[in-house]
Amino acid sequence: MSQKELLKVENLSVSFTGYERGFRQIDLQVIENLNVTVKKGEMVAVVGASGSGKSLLAHTLLGILPPNSTACGNIYFEGELLNAQKINQLRGKEIAFVPQSVTYLDPLKKVGSQVRKDKKVIESYRKQQELFSFYDLPAKTDNLYPFELSGGMARRVFLSAAMMETPKLIVADEPTPGLHLEAAKNSLKHFREFADKGGGVLLITHDIELALEVSDRIAVFYAGTTVEEAFASDFQSENLLRHPYTKALWRALPQNGFAPTPGVQPYVKDKPQGCVYAPRCSVYSSKCNSKIPMQTIRNGSVLCACAK
Amino acid sequence: MKTGHAVAVYLVKILVKLLLVLLAVSIICFVLISVSPVDPIRMYVGEVGMRNIQPETLAKLESYFGLDTPLTIRYFNWLSDFVRGDMGTSLIYRQPVIDVIGVRFVNSFALMLTAWLFSGILGFFLGVIAGIRRGRLTDKLVKGYSLLLASTPTFWLALVMLMVFAVWLKWFPIGLSVPIGVDASKVTIFDTLHHLFLPALTLSVIGVANIALHTREKMIDVMAEDYVLYAKARGKSTFSILRHHGIRNVILPAITLQFASIGEIFGGSVLVEQVFSYPGLGQAAVNAGLSGDSPLLLGIAVISAALVFSGNFIANALYGIIDPRIRRGLKND
Repeated sequence: MSQKELLKVENLSVSFTGYERGFRQIDLQVIENLNVTVKKGEMVAVVGASGSGKSLLAHTLLGILPPNSTACGNIYFEGELLNAQKINQLRGKEIAFVPQSVTYLDPLKKVGSQVRKDKKVIESYRKQQELFSFYDLPAKTDNLYPFELSGGMARRVFLSAAMMETPKLIVADEPTPGLHLEAAKNSLKHFREFADKGGGVLLITHDIELALEVSDRIAVFYAGTTVEEAFASDFQSENLLRHPYTKALWRALPQNGFAPTPGVQPYVKDKPQGCVYAPRCSVYSSKCNSKIPMQTIRNGSVLCACAK
Repeated sequence: MKTGHAVAVYLVKILVKLLLVLLAVSIICFVLISVSPVDPIRMYVGEVGMRNIQPETLAKLESYFGLDTPLTIRYFNWLSDFVRGDMGTSLIYRQPVIDVIGVRFVNSFALMLTAWLFSGILGFFLGVIAGIRRGRLTDKLVKGYSLLLASTPTFWLALVMLMVFAVWLKWFPIGLSVPIGVDASKVTIFDTLHHLFLPALTLSVIGVANIALHTREKMIDVMAEDYVLYAKARGKSTFSILRHHGIRNVILPAITLQFASIGEIFGGSVLVEQVFSYPGLGQAAVNAGLSGDSPLLLGIAVISAALVFSGNFIANALYGIIDPRIRRGLKND
């Protein structure tokens, strides 16, 4: 493993225990063989449709999966294999989480004390004031309640909260929805700056266009699996992309023809045996029905039997 | 608008509502009592007397009790007296209603306040603990206890308490609020508490169940909120999350529930007072109803409506003062 690798998620699986028709206990494997790597100084965007397991990845990294779930696989942080205790020690300190909406702030507490994590020491106050002014938040924000924040302000409050403890990795879960383009770009610009200073950013989003503007690499999720890890520059042309799903996403972008692909992402229980994308794939063949190995093509990885 | 001013306007609005509700309650009660078989004359002369009564005597009594005047006039007479603090004279106690209620209210108030505070505080803590230990043994015990008691009829529990602690163990007196055959001036505070204990315990034990179950539900909801996940993701300990986010968010609904439960405590006290022959407002209400004492019944109905509504009023007012969304929202209106 390279020294520069900050985070490496290897063959992650997450399953939920549920009850079918009230009585029969079943295991739902929501994430299967998920792989993603973030290097120091790099910003990696995780893209995929709703239900592809993007947010679950973030929740796994921070140890906040619901109690009825189990995660398997290996997660390395700076080369060290993590377990639940290590995640507990790292979260909030070396790994910071930037959530998606203002509901992640306690509605009954003032923003300032939440950013300071209720610490009443002078350093916390000073650091918080510095960060607020750095992110252009008015000084009075400290005394506001979450319901008094605008969407853009909330985003910057979360950024300040993430920076309170000088993290090495930021995991941002959909940090842009509900923001107008300018504010969204502005918000992503801060993540880019963080990466440029040597930190790592894992940006979870469904907005490919925005992700392409700021990220170095893109990991494409489909039905709980990584189907491709590509460079942002690969998205300049369809031929540089590897997986048929990524190509379909590319063709769906407005500037590339706005072409929809028929079908929907399969529900967890109806996932096909071999390639998860097989039912919708335009180049489907019989070899897609067996287990598909991950292969490396043009320095990017792809989960497809016929990728070139 | 200044915050203080906005809150004042808000409070006055609720106060006006209280008065309107009381007015409506009094009208409904007055009409209900008038059309019901509750008959002050029958009560006054008794069953045998009614059979032998001379028509002219009956007419005299009717005019004495004002039954010959129309309902609306009677109501306004009652209302104008009520506003001046005169609720009429109780037919069974032969005392002004306001005095009867006064004495009874003090007794009931001690009983209800004890039960209210005890069930509120204990119920809240049990609920919080069960909520954060969801699915574990502590939770199962609290839930089991609460469900069992919530489905126990108050009067039945009161009877069991009476049998176990008063009859078999003889730890507590079997009823009343003071010892029998002791001069009123010699009754000590210890005697009063001794008599208060069992009824208050019964009422509390029942009340705890309700509050604990509601708080537990709310605690589970709060612990699943995004802001709790976020706090966890930022490395906060469970204790710190509970202290800074959990309690804060559960206490608001708990306060509302606590003040709204005054009605339930009052309802429970009627049954408990009956079983323990405890001379409180609830017992007086039952007596008044059974003996056709309409002035007392009406007085108690209005006073208890005021009590229950005050509970809700306080809950609303506290919400406006404690919850920043309402407080600051009022200011921005």
